Amino acid sequence: MFSLVPLIIFIPLAGFAINALFGKQLGGQRAALLAVVAAAASFGIALAQYAALAGNGYHAETVLLAEWIHIGDFHVEWAFLVDTLSVTMMLVVSGVGTLIHIYALGYMREDVHHNHDEGRYTRFFVYLNLFLASMLVLVTGDSFLTLFVGWEGVGLCSYLLIGFWFEKGEKNIGNARAAMKAFVVNRIGDFGLMLAMFLIFWTFGSLTYAEVFERLETVRLEEWVIPAITLLLLLGAAGKSAQVPLYVWLPDAMAGPTPVSALIHAATMVTAGIYMITRSHELYALAEISMNVVAWVGAITAILAATIAVAQTDIKRVLAYSTISQLGFMIAAVGLGGYVAGMFHLVTHAFFKALLFLGSGSVIQAMERGAHHAHDHVDPQDMRNMGGLWGRLPITKWVYLIGALALAGLPPLSGFFSKDEILLDAFKHNQAIYWVLVVAAFFTAFYMGRQLLMVFFGQARTPSAEHAAESPAVMTAPLIILAVLSVVAGALNWPGLHWFTDWLGHTLGEHEILEFNWTVAGLSTGLALLALGAAYALYSRAFQRAEDKDPLESLLGPVFGWLRNKWYVDELYGFLFVKPFNALSHLTARAIDLGGIDMTFTNFGELAREVGRGFSRLQRGYARSYALVMFAGVVLVLAMFLVFR
Amino acid sequence: MFPLIPTSYFVALSGILFTLGVVGVLTRRNAIIVFMSVELMLNSANLAFVAFARQFMDVSGQVFVFFVMVVAAAEVAVGLALIVTIFRTKKSINVDEISQLKG
Repeated sequence: MFSLVPLIIFIPLAGFAINALFGKQLGGQRAALLAVVAAAASFGIALAQYAALAGNGYHAETVLLAEWIHIGDFHVEWAFLVDTLSVTMMLVVSGVGTLIHIYALGYMREDVHHNHDEGRYTRFFVYLNLFLASMLVLVTGDSFLTLFVGWEGVGLCSYLLIGFWFEKGEKNIGNARAAMKAFVVNRIGDFGLMLAMFLIFWTFGSLTYAEVFERLETVRLEEWVIPAITLLLLLGAAGKSAQVPLYVWLPDAMAGPTPVSALIHAATMVTAGIYMITRSHELYALAEISMNVVAWVGAITAILAATIAVAQTDIKRVLAYSTISQLGFMIAAVGLGGYVAGMFHLVTHAFFKALLFLGSGSVIQAMERGAHHAHDHVDPQDMRNMGGLWGRLPITKWVYLIGALALAGLPPLSGFFSKDEILLDAFKHNQAIYWVLVVAAFFTAFYMGRQLLMVFFGQARTPSAEHAAESPAVMTAPLIILAVLSVVAGALNWPGLHWFTDWLGHTLGEHEILEFNWTVAGLSTGLALLALGAAYALYSRAFQRAEDKDPLESLLGPVFGWLRNKWYVDELYGFLFVKPFNALSHLTARAIDLGGIDMTFTNFGELAREVGRGFSRLQRGYARSYALVMFAGVVLVLAMFLVFR
Repeated sequence: MFPLIPTSYFVALSGILFTLGVVGVLTRRNAIIVFMSVELMLNSANLAFVAFARQFMDVSGQVFVFFVMVVAAAEVAVGLALIVTIFRTKKSINVDEISQLKG
């Protein structure tokens, strides 16, 4: 069964290739179905790997495919590492991925129609399958280099999918800009990851996980090496998993279609950083200082993003900042040594965040349907234009509610259990971080309550909302499945049973099991309820009309402006980095390249021309002057003969 | 025998005639006058040949004069034909006007 694992990549890759080459002939419907089948098949293979592990006593197995690089001592193979950690990721990626593929069947149908380009339907599924293949390469690789291949692949797909509607967006270039921003910011992280890989190879002579971790004990390590490696890995994770200071690409990435936001920017790609750190836990164990940095980066990101989310008006932006915040929770957890808690939250978050994003897609399309029906022209993503959807979207409303409450961390939903484990870890190891995360959790519940109230309750504020219509079954069915998972996934690691801890323990080694603490749990639940109550108090009667002011604005005054404008971080980066860089580019392109180098060569050409022109002036056509010159020449030669006997 | 006229006198005369010919070629605008000047140059060469033939008592010099005369004749024939053709088109034999091959 283990030998089937290469198929987990090759099937989606085949789906990508077939659709890319023959998509036009197959037609949209069949191409999309092929993509869904490919995704489902990879999920099947992932299940098979789980079964294989179970039958193998949960011991890891490496499946070798082919030799890749063999340069002297440098050996890298195309090999798959099947252990409990990678199977967890495989199941999440392919499982949630399949559900999102199915959802996209319906969503993209309407989206291409809405954007007047039916032909682009197939392209979406081409990219989506490629993404799935790349992400699976990332999680199944047995070396840092294979991880990097997948890492770059998902970065590429993220760029392609964010800029799917490349000619749309602000000033007809907004989406393309967002895609560029994602790619460039990610690159900065990739730089960190590459340097880390160089250092790892230089120190350990190998990039394969097994070999590197083996040699940790035998190789003589200078003091700065492991902290440097681990901090550089953190830089890579910060880029991919949207942590401070490299999170700025994720909110802009919402320009992509909603299934993309759900799959890539909530459930899978952004979790790659956490996976990588967990995979390298043996390295981090040797560098306390790095773990501290990781934990604080996560905590700061968690609270920063949460504060921004409370003041956003676009339904997807709230979820985007929420994702950044929750990723901060996960990173903080692994920074504190709570790898199980971090991975647990990764899994549950994948479920309810994908659910929320897909749900928001359903809401947005419901608004678009209403706008079409009522010939209205408002922004379907602006929550101020919504309202009263509770009575109009029978299925979406329930699944969204479940997702929101799971995110807020209310028991007995899954989000409560996973977030609670993180808080327990923080409480035990670092009280300061604990309080930061608690405050972030408070905001989380608050902004979700705010979102629920603004979107679903109150009166419909625009004709679009009044005529909003529910989504078709192909979209609501995955939503229901994800909702069920959001409810029951807590069972993965119930206090007392700790099934997930044992499962991951086979790869991560002995893991401390923290006793369930009623104080921590009670405090977090109480705060969540308090936050929801506060949201209710502020927002249940607010926004009678779309143009109304946000009650938080009067409450917080000038601070609200800072929150709504994302603490002006983008503007700061623009001033510090983007403008100088653009100025430098202009200088090199215009003055140096065009002006300097091109002009030099043009001048050479001109010079040759002028010389030629000068010489041609000698030929005037007068035979007499030619004769004179000839005669002068003869005289000269004779004179030379006479003088120089 | 009475004394010979020194050869240098003949060569000097030949030089003067040649110079006159050159000046004529360079200065005159009428094509026929240019040809006459060229003939003058050729004849000055002939004179030099004959003078040296007498000095060295060698007939080869005088034989060469025949060659030169033949060449001169052929050249005049061709040249005059050219002039006639040019005159037919341009109605003038001013060498300054034949300047179309220019850069």
